[in-house]
Amino acid sequence: MYQYDKYDQQMVDTRVAEFRDQVERRLAGELTEDQFKPLRLMNGLYLQLHAYMLRVAIPYGTLNGKQMRMLGHIARKYDRDYGHFTTRQNIQYNWIKLEDAPDILADLASVEMHAIQTSGNCIRNISSDQYAGAAADEIADPRPWAEILRQWSSFHPEFSYLPRKFKIAVIASDEDRAAMRLHDIGIQLVHKDGELGAKFFVGGGMGRTPMIAPEIRDFVPADELISYAEACLRVYNRYGRRDNKYKARIKILVHELGKEEYTRQVEEEFAHMKTLGLNPPVEELARISEYFADPAFDTNASDDLDLSDPDFNLWVDQNTEKHKQAGYAIAVISLKPTSGIPGDASSAQIDLMADLAEQYSFDELRVTHSQNIVLPHVKKSDLYTLWQKLDEAGLAPANLDLITDSIACPGLDYCSLANARSIPLAQKISERFADLGRQRELGELKLKISGCINACGHHHAGHIGILGVDRKGTENYQLLLGGSAAEDTSLAKITGPGFDEDGVIDAIETVTDLYLKERQEDERFIDTYRRVGMAAFKEAIYG
Amino acid sequence: MVEAIRFRDDDTHEEPAVSLEAFLDQSNATAVRIEPGEDARLLIPLLDRLALIDVSFPAFGDGRGYSSAQILREAGYKGELRASGDVLVDQVAYMRRCGFDAFAPDAAIDTKVMEEALGRYDEVYQGTTDNRAPIWKLRHG
Amino acid sequence: MKIITGNDLKTGDVTWWTGSDWSRHVEDAVDVGENFEAIMQEEEAARRVNVPYVIEAEMTEEGPRPAHIKDRVRALGPTVRLDLTLKPADPEAGNRVV
Repeated sequence: MYQYDKYDQQMVDTRVAEFRDQVERRLAGELTEDQFKPLRLMNGLYLQLHAYMLRVAIPYGTLNGKQMRMLGHIARKYDRDYGHFTTRQNIQYNWIKLEDAPDILADLASVEMHAIQTSGNCIRNISSDQYAGAAADEIADPRPWAEILRQWSSFHPEFSYLPRKFKIAVIASDEDRAAMRLHDIGIQLVHKDGELGAKFFVGGGMGRTPMIAPEIRDFVPADELISYAEACLRVYNRYGRRDNKYKARIKILVHELGKEEYTRQVEEEFAHMKTLGLNPPVEELARISEYFADPAFDTNASDDLDLSDPDFNLWVDQNTEKHKQAGYAIAVISLKPTSGIPGDASSAQIDLMADLAEQYSFDELRVTHSQNIVLPHVKKSDLYTLWQKLDEAGLAPANLDLITDSIACPGLDYCSLANARSIPLAQKISERFADLGRQRELGELKLKISGCINACGHHHAGHIGILGVDRKGTENYQLLLGGSAAEDTSLAKITGPGFDEDGVIDAIETVTDLYLKERQEDERFIDTYRRVGMAAFKEAIYG
Repeated sequence: MVEAIRFRDDDTHEEPAVSLEAFLDQSNATAVRIEPGEDARLLIPLLDRLALIDVSFPAFGDGRGYSSAQILREAGYKGELRASGDVLVDQVAYMRRCGFDAFAPDAAIDTKVMEEALGRYDEVYQGTTDNRAPIWKLRHG
Repeated sequence: MKIITGNDLKTGDVTWWTGSDWSRHVEDAVDVGENFEAIMQEEEAARRVNVPYVIEAEMTEEGPRPAHIKDRVRALGPTVRLDLTLKPADPEAGNRVV
């Protein structure tokens, strides 16, 4: 994985010093909260319901054991012994003190990490496929491209006061595991005439007006990537709406201008940008790519696996994925135990995952947008030992992509924007559907819960989505069906009137029962829903 | 009105800036003021006539002026480019990178804090109109 | 009744105006009537509180109860981690928030 050189290290070290100075000026009263807020946000520091919250960047979701251990250390030393992995492949801490924040950033910088631009109206942490470099179906590793974009977007002077936040994802396979088309810019690496380049999708997003990004260019060569991204951003910075916060994302601009007109403006800007010498040479991409070369796989490793332990068999079947190298597997650690808080991990669990990565996965971990952790390169002969160690620590729920593997935003338990709690719903659903046989009978079922319209819990993209709203001071939950964040991207639709907490869980049971009744052959829930249509599900729920 | 901060050696331009609309109508003005929603590209054919372009920042969070500045410098404008209005000390460094060389903030800027901020980062990741060599260029010569 | 809440600038802790100081416990909050603007301005300027705001509350046997669920969650802590709240020994604390 990528390693900082002296320049990268100097940039993050300087940022720590800069923020230390800004915090001192705030504490001394030289900055008002209004003036300080954008500065702290660009360092990932929010003021949430109970305290400050710090969001740490995990670029394209990749980190090593030492970095993971530092995340555990921060949880122990500065927080309340746990962290929360987020839907942007980051981690956030809920109980941070402002006066500690500079020290935390310094600790992060010591392991080549930071919290730069994890909030604010700027280009956020670049996300990617959590199986990058391991997936059997990728045409290239997308992470060198994501790293080029990370460096370009960090401290970008022109694009740090955008109309609204800006999120970019990069993938390199036809299967989309990163919700690419629900990003402000989604990039898919593709080949054209033997050359690797980027296909651009612009104007997707969730929030209160969900949109699927249209493709605006089928191929941008590697040595024009940055000028094309600059062109997309400049048109947005100049013309994105600033009169209404809820209409300020680029998706609204692309929608209001129309894809053709937005594209025309970008192309015009691009023609100009190309002449400005903004693009790193291909040697820079090559330099970065070297860091992402394959680890030293044992090419004689066996594909044989002893599956005589039935619990292990279930976990292998559900939580491992095909690796590009024979004899290896991608192992997914589910952070969704029954009654657990989706995405939360204690410092002890974080430390253990760091150890296991060092022992069994060439010192690499990934964070997924579904709030799980991946060990990307595990030798099949190590899987059983690995599973036993995970199981001892409560880290082996065999529920990847099943109904209890839900995404949930922090909701009203932690978030000052939320209207309703999300976590208790995820917990109760995990209890209602705790029987693993029943979950497996239901098959792949992406359940996503948001505690407000901002959609951090990706409810628009859930096969089943839940949106918490405030109805006259009480929590109320709307049910949505039919969304997908994968390559078959679709937006879920609301079934009808909302429910209380138990009511919405009953309704979920009703729709899953109907699915089991209507299912043909090996259809997934989403396939049956698309074939049968909303009406039948509505009828079953509301009569 | 607090004192303007300038990073230029020439004398302050005395003529008051006129609005973009007035400037486009009025051939003899040499200073113009543009608002965030106005298109800086309209000035490109007329840059030779201008000694001062004042880019207005009614609210510090409105970043359109950064793009206006870059566009004007990319088009070869060499005159004074001034950021005025709600300009905060922690923004001056990025504004300098986008080509601003004068500042007329609504509230006084602590010049000591500003100097520290301007000297803080030795290198930069991306190319802009300030022509500093980005880090990738340092890596590859 | 109207009570004032905010966060401590340095620690971020949720705090409540007691009439003379700030407390972490909503039970200590006092009715400020219509006199809140001046208090908030003065306290924020002195950096004894960050982003204060005034809310409606109802006086109960246990003390002031904020009208909105969000402030009741703030007063207690996360209902899904009672061990981290101000009432870790009270298993019903979370339910009373709702």
